[in-house]
Amino acid sequence: MICDALLPLLRAPAMAERLTLADWDKVIRQARNANLSARIAWDLEQHGLLDAVPPGPRQHLIAARAVGQRQRIATLAEVDRVRRAIEQSGNRLVLLKGAAYLAAGLPASHGRVFGDIDLLVPHGRLADAESMLMCHGWVSSHLDAYDQRYYRQWMHELPPLRHMNRGSALDVHHNILPLSARHPPDANLLLEAAVPAEHTPGVWVLAPADMVLHSACHLFHEGELDNGMRDLVDLDGLLRHFSAQPGFWATLEQRAALLHLERPLRYALRMCALMLETPIPDTTLAFGGAWPSDLRERLLEQLYLRGLRPNDPTAGDRWTPLALHMLYLRGHWLRMPPHLLVAHLGRKAWRQWTGRSDEDDSDPDALTPEQQIQK
Amino acid sequence: MSDLAEADLYSRLSHDGLWLKSGPLSLHIRSDEPVVSEAIAALYPDHALADADFADFHVRVGRAEGLRRWIRPQVLFHLDGRTPFKPLPRAQSFAMLEWGINWCIATYCHQYLVIHAGVIERNGFAAILPAPPGSGKSTLTAALIQRGWRLCSDELTLLDPATAQVIALARPVNLKNKSIDVIRAFEPGTVFGPECPDTHKGRVAHLRPPRESVLRVGEGATPRWVIFPQWAAGVPLTTKAIPRAEAFIELAENAFNYSMLGETGFETLAKTIDACDCMSLRYSDLDEAVAAFERLAEDARQ
Repeated sequence: MICDALLPLLRAPAMAERLTLADWDKVIRQARNANLSARIAWDLEQHGLLDAVPPGPRQHLIAARAVGQRQRIATLAEVDRVRRAIEQSGNRLVLLKGAAYLAAGLPASHGRVFGDIDLLVPHGRLADAESMLMCHGWVSSHLDAYDQRYYRQWMHELPPLRHMNRGSALDVHHNILPLSARHPPDANLLLEAAVPAEHTPGVWVLAPADMVLHSACHLFHEGELDNGMRDLVDLDGLLRHFSAQPGFWATLEQRAALLHLERPLRYALRMCALMLETPIPDTTLAFGGAWPSDLRERLLEQLYLRGLRPNDPTAGDRWTPLALHMLYLRGHWLRMPPHLLVAHLGRKAWRQWTGRSDEDDSDPDALTPEQQIQK
Repeated sequence: MSDLAEADLYSRLSHDGLWLKSGPLSLHIRSDEPVVSEAIAALYPDHALADADFADFHVRVGRAEGLRRWIRPQVLFHLDGRTPFKPLPRAQSFAMLEWGINWCIATYCHQYLVIHAGVIERNGFAAILPAPPGSGKSTLTAALIQRGWRLCSDELTLLDPATAQVIALARPVNLKNKSIDVIRAFEPGTVFGPECPDTHKGRVAHLRPPRESVLRVGEGATPRWVIFPQWAAGVPLTTKAIPRAEAFIELAENAFNYSMLGETGFETLAKTIDACDCMSLRYSDLDEAVAAFERLAEDARQ
């Protein structure tokens, strides 16, 4: 039986009043794991329930709220610096994902944890953008020649850039799916439809339907689901907010067809409805046919029901490890054709075997205050 | 804790886990490494058990999977379902647990301003000792708590933003290399946990916190001094006042979450510094240093 403690609380924050201390124990550890602590804190505060949480767990929510508030300020300040650099390169700054939700003042940004800043640049302008970002201090992080080539040849983004002094990380995209994927969408369609960010002058974000589609294709092409539930919560927040706009659902369906993103949209709608009870019109929910249309969808539903939980032992069942493994393979399968996949996974396995880990894990006693800059 | 038989302690650690109080925090610790059980028995006898319903951190030190399970075994530190660090040799299991818990506090406890500094208390007043590694901060802390000062923490100073009071943890003191021998010679009665010969920090051992420090862990302390210690061979003891503004910046740089807390961090640190005498302390002899701290404590009483 899969029992995560977060979904019920995300769906109905008022249930917080009925939680025992042992329930809170699970909420706190799972929320920490899923990067949703600040979101839970935000929800409870909106419902006037934060002060009613027992002191032990409340401390963690207060701490998470402080992180969330700080990150909002820091991210907006950093966005402004990126904007200056990108404008100097003769482009306009089009933000993606978390930073876009924040710049556009969307409810999905409340209590959200921000990591890298993602932006979209026309493919032909990448070199200009990269060199101007470098002039402003963002340099390619320490990746070897293989990584550099892998990113530049096959991926939809440059190798991650990190600011020399402030440590902020940028992901510069030229598309929303890898070039090696089977049907990469036409990124120009996304750029042409971009709209000004309502709360941040000079910054642009994807149009509402495109924003949802990007979030969906990011989540349902991704093999590593460490932030899976957080991303699902993003989708839920976007859908709930944009559904108030007239014609939103019809536009969403049209754009999905135009950008070849019907499948990820189907999965996103289904999993949002199933896990977060997102209100979605029946006609849109049946977009592309009744669910599940085949065995594959039936299987994927079972996999994602497990994969989109917090990565905590208390939140899964005995099928969870297998599900995570299959979704990991699926993510890679979608990303590149088989011969590339075999070569790439072989390379990764060799690195792990020889102790050259890809993970950015740190030393336990590297307990130096400078660490916080990396956060 | 001391009521638990050693066998019972090991069985708890290797099955459902040990629920332990450390100041305001509840820790749920699991490990089937015998050295962890041995060290906890030696170092935490006076700590209270926590209720088994809520823990701030669920941590585990366990054997890494794969070939390394059998050949030169390594251990991993688990927080909830994640392993934030590279594995370490099995002999370092307990050191890894202690480092890991410090990391949890420094990374997640933003309800406090967390400063990389030792902190001790006398007559209700706290001395904060921020210093880079190698400055003799832990050695000095270890010596002072054998001479009547209460241990709040040797590594992590927690300041409560609401009250600007020090929140104590009273966890074992981590000593390295020669410091271990220095403290053994300084106070032969001190209890150490198992020594760990060759970590990347060198030889490491943990010192049991004094019983009184553990029993009084719930008492706050008012910051009164910020002292930057610097050990140097053969020098006479000298203290030098440091301007408050300079001490403020030094403390902020030694804080894990000063900028994270924004205005709250600034207010908390300003309140703390306002209440403190700030100085640097150069010393070579521990007895001299202890006597200097004694004089500070006497002056503060008047």
